[in-house]
Amino acid sequence: MKKELISLRVNRRTYELAIEPSKLLLDVLRQDLDLTGSKRACDDSSCGACTVQVDGIPMLSCTMLAASCEGQEITTVEGLADRGGLAALQKAYGDFGGAQCGFCTPGFMMTVKWLLANNPDPTEDEIRNALSSNLCRCTGYSQMYQAIRAVLDAEQKGLKQELVEAK
Amino acid sequence: MTDFSIIGKPIAMVDAAGKTTGAGKYADDFKLPGMLIGKILHSPYPHARIKSIDTSGAKALDGVVAVITGEDAPNPYGILPVGHDETALAVGKVRYVGDHVACVAAISEEIAERALELIEIDYEPLPAWFDPEQSMKAEIDLIHENRPHNIEKDYHHVFGDPDKGFADADYVHEARYIANEVTHAAMEPHCTLANFELDPHTGKLGRLTVWSSTQVPYYLQHKLSLVLEMPMSQIRVIKPLVGGGFGGKSEIIPLEIIAAVAARAAKAPVKITYTREEVFWAHRGRPRTIIDLKTGVKNDGRVTSVACKVIQDGGAYCSYGVVTILYSGALLGALYDIPNIRYDGYRVLTNKPACGAMRGHGTVNVRFAFESQMDEIAAKLNLDPAAVRRINLLKPPTVTVNGLRVLSYGLPECIDQVITRSGWLERKGKLPKGHGLGMACSHYVSGAANSIIRSDMPHSTVNIKIDRDGGVVVYTGASEIGQGSDTMTAQVVAEVLGCDLARVKVIAADTDLTPIDLGSYSSRVTFMAGNAALRAAEEVKKNIVSAAAKRMNCPPEDVIMRNDHVYKRGVVPGDHDPTAAEILEEKDAPRGRVDGQILRGSVLQTRKEEGPKQHMSFEEAVVSAIDFHGALTGTGSYAPPAEARGGKHKGGGVGPSPAYSYSAQVAEVSVDEETGEVRVHKIWAAHDCGRALNPVAVEGQVIGSVWMGLGQALEEEMVWKDGLLMNPGMLEYRSPSSAESPDIECIIVESIDPEGPFGAKEAGEGSLAATIPAISNAICDAVGVRLRESPFTPERILAALRAKKGMKRIEMTESVDPTAPATFREHGGSLWFRGKGPLRDPLDPSRQPSRASAVLGGKQ
Repeated sequence: MKKELISLRVNRRTYELAIEPSKLLLDVLRQDLDLTGSKRACDDSSCGACTVQVDGIPMLSCTMLAASCEGQEITTVEGLADRGGLAALQKAYGDFGGAQCGFCTPGFMMTVKWLLANNPDPTEDEIRNALSSNLCRCTGYSQMYQAIRAVLDAEQKGLKQELVEAK
Repeated sequence: MTDFSIIGKPIAMVDAAGKTTGAGKYADDFKLPGMLIGKILHSPYPHARIKSIDTSGAKALDGVVAVITGEDAPNPYGILPVGHDETALAVGKVRYVGDHVACVAAISEEIAERALELIEIDYEPLPAWFDPEQSMKAEIDLIHENRPHNIEKDYHHVFGDPDKGFADADYVHEARYIANEVTHAAMEPHCTLANFELDPHTGKLGRLTVWSSTQVPYYLQHKLSLVLEMPMSQIRVIKPLVGGGFGGKSEIIPLEIIAAVAARAAKAPVKITYTREEVFWAHRGRPRTIIDLKTGVKNDGRVTSVACKVIQDGGAYCSYGVVTILYSGALLGALYDIPNIRYDGYRVLTNKPACGAMRGHGTVNVRFAFESQMDEIAAKLNLDPAAVRRINLLKPPTVTVNGLRVLSYGLPECIDQVITRSGWLERKGKLPKGHGLGMACSHYVSGAANSIIRSDMPHSTVNIKIDRDGGVVVYTGASEIGQGSDTMTAQVVAEVLGCDLARVKVIAADTDLTPIDLGSYSSRVTFMAGNAALRAAEEVKKNIVSAAAKRMNCPPEDVIMRNDHVYKRGVVPGDHDPTAAEILEEKDAPRGRVDGQILRGSVLQTRKEEGPKQHMSFEEAVVSAIDFHGALTGTGSYAPPAEARGGKHKGGGVGPSPAYSYSAQVAEVSVDEETGEVRVHKIWAAHDCGRALNPVAVEGQVIGSVWMGLGQALEEEMVWKDGLLMNPGMLEYRSPSSAESPDIECIIVESIDPEGPFGAKEAGEGSLAATIPAISNAICDAVGVRLRESPFTPERILAALRAKKGMKRIEMTESVDPTAPATFREHGGSLWFRGKGPLRDPLDPSRQPSRASAVLGGKQ
């Protein structure tokens, strides 16, 4: 198939790319941009390891055409770091054992980031439901909840601290 | 010594950041200049002779660099020395749907896939064997000519006097249990990248480097050497991050060899990554197991005798099969005190993908049967299930009737813990209708005491190098697969040397750099590689201490290494007082400006007076030691002691371990009698891991094991029709999502093993086996039906409930499986026979109506 020129915005940078119109976003990220954080683990959009955010919404990059994302803001796990350091969520996943083999972790990062951005105080059930779009075969998810809970607690403490300081 | 500074502390994995940022590299994340993509053609037949292969069309396609078939690498191999029955690509015959037939290496995946369709193969279908009990009767059309009756291996063990045991029993219970086939489904699909270098002297292909998703880099190096006919020293296997194994990467998967053969043919780097469907065909999971179990007990529940017959549906190749069938028998021992055992195990070949090792290797399905039967007996004798287990406890130290040595034994405490935490005594039998509690126990080896290849070589070796920069570099062959192997190694070394964890850099699983280690399987890493790391660190420590003793003018036994410092006993009151180090910290020179250390980009060297010192920083002590001894290196290795290597009977080498982990669990479930749906509300899992070197990692392993057991208990099942897998995808092969995963409360029990590193034993597998029977026992408690076939799907629950009520049996698969089909069923996946299924051989047993109904009848 003949290649076409597209421009993709990934992690707040713009890339000019010549790709086949049939090429999937995941393959463009992994092969053309060397952003190998997003993983391919299934063939039927059932596992969530390839999750990226497109305009802030978690999407499965293995079932999206890259060309269809022109003009949209794509964020991958590589774009999650906080000023070059580990984001609180990334640190918490490490501390609480939310990642074992780590293959599903980038996908979870993107899903959880969306959850926390859209629901600052999720219930246990809301966390479970949000995470059910991604599969993990190592952890049984329990330690992920601890990590997420720790991030939420830290944020709330931080908010309280800010309130106190504001007073 | 129990006052540890790093051991026993919950710390993040040393490689966690790479995983949460996506920076960590897995095999498929690598690429090399000029790299080709390999794609594999698989067999559409479960059993067929290959009459001819014509690859000319594929070879002619622009962009195709090489096409290889079985003839390009015909040397047989297999993970076990007794089971060299595989070839990289099929030679003469295919033995299961999905068997590897040919491989194309091309400049793109798309071209490689197109080329596969141009390969012409003429097959002659043979009758195929799908049911192990049928397959065992085979006289002709054998799967492997040298395996009569398609029996890979059978063992018949008698320990004690089982007949007398049954005669002495007050009650004998007998039943058949079936555990259906499950697979690892690790998140990372298998991937291998192979590259040959040109030899500067001969100008031909020389050394081979392979990056592969493997749990066993050294076995891979060995098998590559066999198949490629190259010396092992010319082959380098590098294990990058591995996205989960669970046993599925603990042997040589065909693509690992195929990639190397293709790279040799193409004279270019070749990468092959399985699709998810191909991962399911590669399989090596837990076999469908038929267990006929008979237990004799006294009226108080004391077991007098056990007879167990196991038939495993092993698939088309040996794989780990001989070991699996031996584990199934051997691990009847070492959990409870069973005085008499009869075991008959049959590993049977069938025309399906090979089964191999999977988390809890060999013990899980038999444990399901045994623990279910314990509850059936308890119900019959009107005893508390916990009491039946307690009365059968071992009295360690002991050697079991089948030759397994047990030293540390935390099972009694595990049982106590789960009973207390779950409120067993108060709640059992008093829950609302449809709710129930169930209990079960399990155990597992901390590494096999005998290696696959019988020899006296150490099972693990670790090297340590410390240079003047004070960096501690640890070289270990142990394979990190997500379980925390690298972190454990770093912790052990840092604890012994009393240095910061951040100083320790672990270089692992690279056959050129790291000393030999058998790999990550049978839960051996913490015990064996951990002990090797401990010994290596102690050797280095000895040299640091002797030099420091000279500098500090004190006997070596008064030198203390702790909190990144070396100091003299008695200098600071309370040697283990953390404040002591803080005091020292303040006195010390800033880091990086140590006597005699050559700083990068600087020739600045300060010479201090040589008078005796009271304390030193770690760097200072290291520099002194290097000045004194020359290089600062240490080596440690571990081989299990002779006493732990088991009995001398045939097959006695499998089962013995230097230590066993123990687990007890209680599951709370509710069953919807209308839909047959089971919901697990909570599982309390107590696990005796000897000592928890890193509690976060131990909890992760225990919870992960329980969760995987939950999957096998409730939903995971490989569904076969005509040798075709009906659910080769994550969507159809259902494993629990976060929405249906229960709370799992992990209770760590520490029995402090006398031989484990700091007392540690395994944590990664032992808990899995208890979960399945705990759930089945809880279901029985909830609705009064005993399920003897896993997984406990709504269909099976409903069928059991109907049977209990005396209602007509519903045969869910009755009309779905027509007898005598002339073609194999069509498969919807990406294997290469779209449209109509391929034709059967007229003599195929599945075409014989009587056989077909016999198969159906046997599978309830």
